[in-house]
Amino acid sequence: MSKITFEIDGKECTGKAGQTIVEAARDNGIYIPVLCWYEGMKPAGICRICTVRVGGRFMAACTTPVAEGMIVENEIPELEDMRKAIVEMLFVEGNHMCPTCEKSGNCELQALGYRYGLMAPRFPYLFPKRKMDATYTKIMIDTNRCVQCRRCVRGIVTKDGKHIFSMTNRSGHSTIVADPQLESKMSDELAKKAMDQCPVGAILKKEVGFAVPIGKRKYDVTPIGSEIQK
Amino acid sequence: MSKPVVATASLAGCFGCHMSLLDIDDRILQLIDLVEFNKSPVDDIKKFTKPVDIGIIEGGCCNSENVENLIEFRKNCKILISLGECAIMGGLPAMRNGIPIRECLEEAYLNCVTVDDKIIPNDPEIPMILDRVYPLHEIVKIDYYLPGCPPRADLIWEALTALLSGKPLNIPYEALKYD
Ligand code: SF4
Ligand code: SF4
Repeated sequence: MSKITFEIDGKECTGKAGQTIVEAARDNGIYIPVLCWYEGMKPAGICRICTVRVGGRFMAACTTPVAEGMIVENEIPELEDMRKAIVEMLFVEGNHMCPTCEKSGNCELQALGYRYGLMAPRFPYLFPKRKMDATYTKIMIDTNRCVQCRRCVRGIVTKDGKHIFSMTNRSGHSTIVADPQLESKMSDELAKKAMDQCPVGAILKKEVGFAVPIGKRKYDVTPIGSEIQK
Repeated sequence: MSKPVVATASLAGCFGCHMSLLDIDDRILQLIDLVEFNKSPVDDIKKFTKPVDIGIIEGGCCNSENVENLIEFRKNCKILISLGECAIMGGLPAMRNGIPIRECLEEAYLNCVTVDDKIIPNDPEIPMILDRVYPLHEIVKIDYYLPGCPPRADLIWEALTALLSGKPLNIPYEALKYD
């Protein structure tokens, strides 16, 4: 594979042809925040939190391939504030009561809030009417917390390639649902994978909860991205 | 020079944020050296007796009394801090926000299996319940927000001392949490 040289915030980086900016940045020890992107999953460019500036234009770093000589702006105040605004929008658009949420401490949305020092959103809370569905066998789906990243739709499939999750309805009413039959046959591992791949607490595995004590959870002591940042 | 004056209140909260304030441990002695408390459940002063520099409020607004109290605080305090998840976004009480108020009252006072005399309380002495729970900043201007359920003692301490000394806020990562 041919080698590509490019720049992020003035730092010389190298990448491989066909790599996206997000992937190449990671290889170079640079963190670009992501929510809908998931390692090994085809990128979808939904959440826009990875927005970077290339040649004066805003681009989703998860879908844009690196190119020779590319100059990428990433951790600049303008972009960081836009990203923070996206986090704030996701908070007010749903019903996020972190103190009651099983995902708290392991949640990527919350962790981004911490990373950006978010004290309170600049937008008014919408308190939308959303549903929690616990009628499933292996999991629960709480759409109050769903950020519609579609990681579950894209990444959770049965052994014979059937997608278990899908979106239903349109626009502001669109919600995540699972196929009840496929869902009931999910293995424990797959149910756990669905929970782990959901960035927030919208998919929860039944019969376990609050398993890790406060202080030991993923983002209790180290910020999201610190595992990548060099 | 007289000491800066602090007032506190718990509206639709559980007093957990106040507990967390006490959780600063022996720094409470330093705090008492640094500031003077006015209207607050801490000293049981019921009415403002002088202008206040920093007002700290836990809990959102779920009834008319909360609103009156909050407006009173805004009038009397130079700086107003929204303390904790309930003050900032309504918190647990706001879980009723998606349910019509009539349904809430009927469930609590008429349909609930443990109620005896089925009446929805309507005495003029009882504050009116609001249609939903409101975050403080939707009712008055708020100057600072300190999230957490409860906000970590270190966050409260750091914020208060920074405010009092005019130094920039330096919050340790572990101190900013939403749970
Ligand atoms: S999903 Fe994340 S942000 Fe939402 S309530 Fe749960 S922990 Fe908080
Ligand atoms: S349920 Fe979770 S993984 Fe699926 S779209 Fe919603 S936030 Fe994303």
